[in-house]
Amino acid sequence: MFHRMKTLTAAFAASTLLGSALFAGELVINTDTSDPAPKAAFEALIKGFEAENPDISVTWNLFDHEGYKTSIRNFLTADAPDLANWYAGNRMLPYVNAGLFEPVNDVWDENGLHNSLASAEGSMTIDGKIWGVPYTYYQWGVYYRKDIFEANNIAVPTNWEEFKAAGETLKAAGVTPITIGTKYLWTAGGVFDYLNLRTNGYDFHMALTKGEIAWTDDRVRATMANWKELIDAGFWIDNHAAYSWQEALAPMVQGDAAMYVMGNFAVAPLREAGLTDDQLGFFQFPVINPDVPLAEEAPTDTLHIPSNARNKEEAKLFLAYLARADVQTQINETLGQLPINSGSAVGEDKFLQAGYAMLSSTDGGIAQFFDRDAPAEMAKAGMEGFQEFMVKPDRLEKILTRLEKVRARVYK
Amino acid sequence: MSSLWKRNQQRIAPWLFLAPGIFMFAVYVIIPIFQSVNISFYAWDGLGQAEYVGVANYVELMDDEAFYTSLKNNVIWLVLYMLAIPAGLFVALFLNQTVRGIRIYKSLFFFPFVISQVVVGLVFSWFYDPTNGLLNIALMAFGFDPVAVLADEKWVTYGIIAAGLWPQTAYCMILYLTGLNAVDPEQIEAARLDNARGLKMLWYVVLPQLKPATFIALVVTVIGALRSFDLISIMTDGGPWGSSRVLAFYMYEQAFSEYGFRMGYGAAIAVVLFAIMMIYISAFLFKMYRDEKGR
Repeated sequence: MFHRMKTLTAAFAASTLLGSALFAGELVINTDTSDPAPKAAFEALIKGFEAENPDISVTWNLFDHEGYKTSIRNFLTADAPDLANWYAGNRMLPYVNAGLFEPVNDVWDENGLHNSLASAEGSMTIDGKIWGVPYTYYQWGVYYRKDIFEANNIAVPTNWEEFKAAGETLKAAGVTPITIGTKYLWTAGGVFDYLNLRTNGYDFHMALTKGEIAWTDDRVRATMANWKELIDAGFWIDNHAAYSWQEALAPMVQGDAAMYVMGNFAVAPLREAGLTDDQLGFFQFPVINPDVPLAEEAPTDTLHIPSNARNKEEAKLFLAYLARADVQTQINETLGQLPINSGSAVGEDKFLQAGYAMLSSTDGGIAQFFDRDAPAEMAKAGMEGFQEFMVKPDRLEKILTRLEKVRARVYK
Repeated sequence: MSSLWKRNQQRIAPWLFLAPGIFMFAVYVIIPIFQSVNISFYAWDGLGQAEYVGVANYVELMDDEAFYTSLKNNVIWLVLYMLAIPAGLFVALFLNQTVRGIRIYKSLFFFPFVISQVVVGLVFSWFYDPTNGLLNIALMAFGFDPVAVLADEKWVTYGIIAAGLWPQTAYCMILYLTGLNAVDPEQIEAARLDNARGLKMLWYVVLPQLKPATFIALVVTVIGALRSFDLISIMTDGGPWGSSRVLAFYMYEQAFSEYGFRMGYGAAIAVVLFAIMMIYISAFLFKMYRDEKGR
């Protein structure tokens, strides 16, 4: 409500200002970047933009992360800002289909973004048009306790057998191999994605999330069978359905668990909890099927212009600024993530460097994430099924049948 | 003009006073009911064009496992939530005495109703926490195996209801405390002369006088059980795998949550929930009407 008021006052201010100063521009930005690092990154970004464009004054409405996902629908239709952050891939499809986002092909054409942001062009394109500007992405993979691995003489596993052997050694030492918190479901989606990418590959992942493949397909069963091996062997912490992903960090910090299949954003809280870089490491999710080219998961965050925006010219100016190599270097430095622009420098941080090295050598394809590649309803039903499967693996048949039923309805 | 006003003053005045209330009630309650029913016949993502699908949403609902889980949980909520009434009565009887500092005790017992449901939910999630929660520490001290209440589909609904009973009991208690103030001391006196005491006194003399309080307690508890939303959202988010959902939460999930883009389906759930509430509400209204007439 408070944010809304601010927007309203900004709108009033804009209408009065327009009368007096001829060139004074207004720009309203809504974002959900309320965690400390993203907030600081956006503060710096906006300050930099204002310094270069002194005639444009920016109003920035900061939303709570979870609340944003529901309020975006309201403000896109009723009280649109000039820019709003969101996610690439299928996640933006409902808004594109409803005509609530504005295509920004001209921004890409005029600023040579087809070259500098080439890697993300595919995930920004729907129906041949480009719907926003990506500014950051981050790798997924396995974060692990280096010290615990070393204490038990475990080398970083590169294939499935080594991975399972490493888990057995850890269990023998009284350490649960992998921690996870599935209360909010998406963490299980990440695990499924990696098992599926390694078992069946990127094209299968995309076809499955596009609804072209039945959930009862044997290849899905193969993925689930691999997952079941880990469940039966007791690789996951108990009661994970009661924990959020942050709560599941605790066993890893305390040394009760050794690995976490996660995105790079987990590094910051792990460091804050006291783990040093000597204790914390990262490795690529191990190979399962050697015939499948390695594909990775790297979700992209983006900025869009709503169709109902009032100051589209200023918004495009901002997008061009955001796409610049030096700006992306700076913002990702603060975010602790990877820049999209190929001319940007990647931060010194060892996890960033590892992620960058991994992603730039990926030849199998880069997926967004289960809930960004699949449409909302399918994603929700799927991740709920994965959570259930992790606790009750013998219900596999029932779960797959249910997902197949949802697939039949969602993709008409 | 003024004579018209004078002649009909008696008849117009009540409507004038009622008008603001009726207007609000119509705009925020009555009209939305019809709008919900209308939306439930469409497939609509809340953004684009709505497509008329007839009763398809209801047909799908009949074949939806999650709907039956939610319905079953709603029934469990309705039944177990009723425990708040006797519990509230018991606490009220216990606190209805004059000792030093009784007001402090009363406010302490009332405290859970004053704090937000969100806080109640958080407190209980910590209480149930499988590794560090008080519940499991206590269970283990007695030699039982720890139970992950909120991660176990068998226990989760009961766990949340227990959390809900805490503030609801306080609510019923305050209703009964005010009711007890109105109990006629002369009747108590008379009953005492007739040698009534203990349970007999409670059952035949006190409870009948508390009937209005019981009635209100029943109404608020039924409604409280049917709209049990915040606790579920905070404690489990409907999980594990949707086994703690109730209709209100399922509706929210389908229509408004992060992955919900099904306004029509959500509206259909809302209509079913409304129908269930309507049975209760009309039964209560009917009873109230009969009681008023009887007097």
